[in-house]
Amino acid sequence: MTENNLNESRGIEAVSWNRKHLLDIDEFSISEFDLVMKTADAMSDVLSRPIRKVPALRGKTIATLFYEPSTRTRSSFELAAKNLSADVVNLAASSSSISKGENLIDTVHTLEAMGVDILIMRHPMAGAGHLAARYAKSSVINAGDGGHAHPTQALLDMYTILKHKTGIDGLKIVILGDSRHSRVARSNIWGLTAMGASVTICGPRSLLPIGLTRLHPVYSKINYETDILRALDGADVVMALRMQKERQSTGLIPDIREYVAQFRLTSQRLAAAKPDALVMHPGPVNEDIEISSDVASGPQSVINEQVSNGLAVRMAVLYLITGGSRE
Amino acid sequence: MEPVIVLNREDIRRTLGRMAHEIIETNKDLSQIIMIGMRTRGVPLANRLASNIKAYEETHIPVGVLDFSLYRDDLGSRDLQPAVKSTSIPSGIDGKVVILVDDVLFTGRSARAAMDALIDLGRPSAIKLAVLVDRGHRELPIRADYVGKNIPSSKDEEVQVKLAETDNLDEVSIFKNSEAGKCP
Repeated sequence: MTENNLNESRGIEAVSWNRKHLLDIDEFSISEFDLVMKTADAMSDVLSRPIRKVPALRGKTIATLFYEPSTRTRSSFELAAKNLSADVVNLAASSSSISKGENLIDTVHTLEAMGVDILIMRHPMAGAGHLAARYAKSSVINAGDGGHAHPTQALLDMYTILKHKTGIDGLKIVILGDSRHSRVARSNIWGLTAMGASVTICGPRSLLPIGLTRLHPVYSKINYETDILRALDGADVVMALRMQKERQSTGLIPDIREYVAQFRLTSQRLAAAKPDALVMHPGPVNEDIEISSDVASGPQSVINEQVSNGLAVRMAVLYLITGGSRE
Repeated sequence: MEPVIVLNREDIRRTLGRMAHEIIETNKDLSQIIMIGMRTRGVPLANRLASNIKAYEETHIPVGVLDFSLYRDDLGSRDLQPAVKSTSIPSGIDGKVVILVDDVLFTGRSARAAMDALIDLGRPSAIKLAVLVDRGHRELPIRADYVGKNIPSSKDEEVQVKLAETDNLDEVSIFKNSEAGKCP
């Protein structure tokens, strides 16, 4: 008798998760999305208790390796790991041997030699996580790679939507702003369209990822709109993206003030969406640039909830990856 | 070897009736009791024990659900990983007598994990364990306070509990593992 059958007969419901790494959600099945959401529910239950710590990952070592600055993603992963009783070591590129010129693969091998089980990595280059995963014996979680993917952000956005809406299927979701440079937008496009949402990308033409339609059919399923009121009309969810000033050197928009005048999410513009539309933002918010401060802190905003849900979702991901990476 | 049915529907009904009486007999203040079912099949058993007590003594016993997956000692070493579900405890467990309910007591590892999970939720005045079947082979110094039936078994046998709420019938059976290996 295999242990599988043994578990079933003992009444333990097992999960079907076979991923060692979490690099992107482009290949996720609906059942994998569901599993992450259900596991995150259980984790959110843990977070509501007086003792917000469970021993599931005791004895595991998790490293965060960040080649780009981050507050919420890195600390959210760190807390998620600690809530599961894992040990965490944090490395920032600016204060480590990376600044002495150590290359990515050597850094990965060095961390593995110290016994790291899961490597959480952010890097300015798209595909850096995939490269690390190819050389790593440990699990790799992509915490953002250039303009490519930010899988846990999309998962926590989906989880936040599901907390307020009965399902994602059939929702009209508007992603507003600089989607050209946004890995958050890209991961959300994959996840939300897979779950059956109708996604509209809105922003100045120069900041829309229009060329992507040639790359993959998923980008033909979404709508592109340069008029914010037409985009917001009847929307169930509005996700404002951060204006990535650090990636704007190429002059894709003539002036930030012009962007603000045409695309800032204000309460007047939000009125075009459904009255119960959710307002989301991956953070950090550039106040009064992509979103006006009254909307960001208004009754429809779930921006702070996104941060709390991020913790539950990342705990779920760490738990599933640890089980999924067994030999 | 065909599965041998050890307890049928009537046997299970009578056994749970007797266990409820034992709980009443050994707990002077029934109002202090919280029944907590260990997922998955401990939950319907806890409900049935609580409704038996209600029928015999007209005392309402709150019933909670405990998921102890995050307290298991074998994450990453099993063939399959248990699905984590939520825990719901009706009211605080501080100072209460918690009766943990499970279907089968075997190695004792689940009971250990469940006790750790409970202790993180509060400080009960006592934790007791009620199981429908005790099949022996303990790996930890744990025993049950209320046992439905002792079923001596060998390690290559499997004891399977089926309950109407989860499996559409009430039945406890025992069979050789080699037989079960053919199951999908």
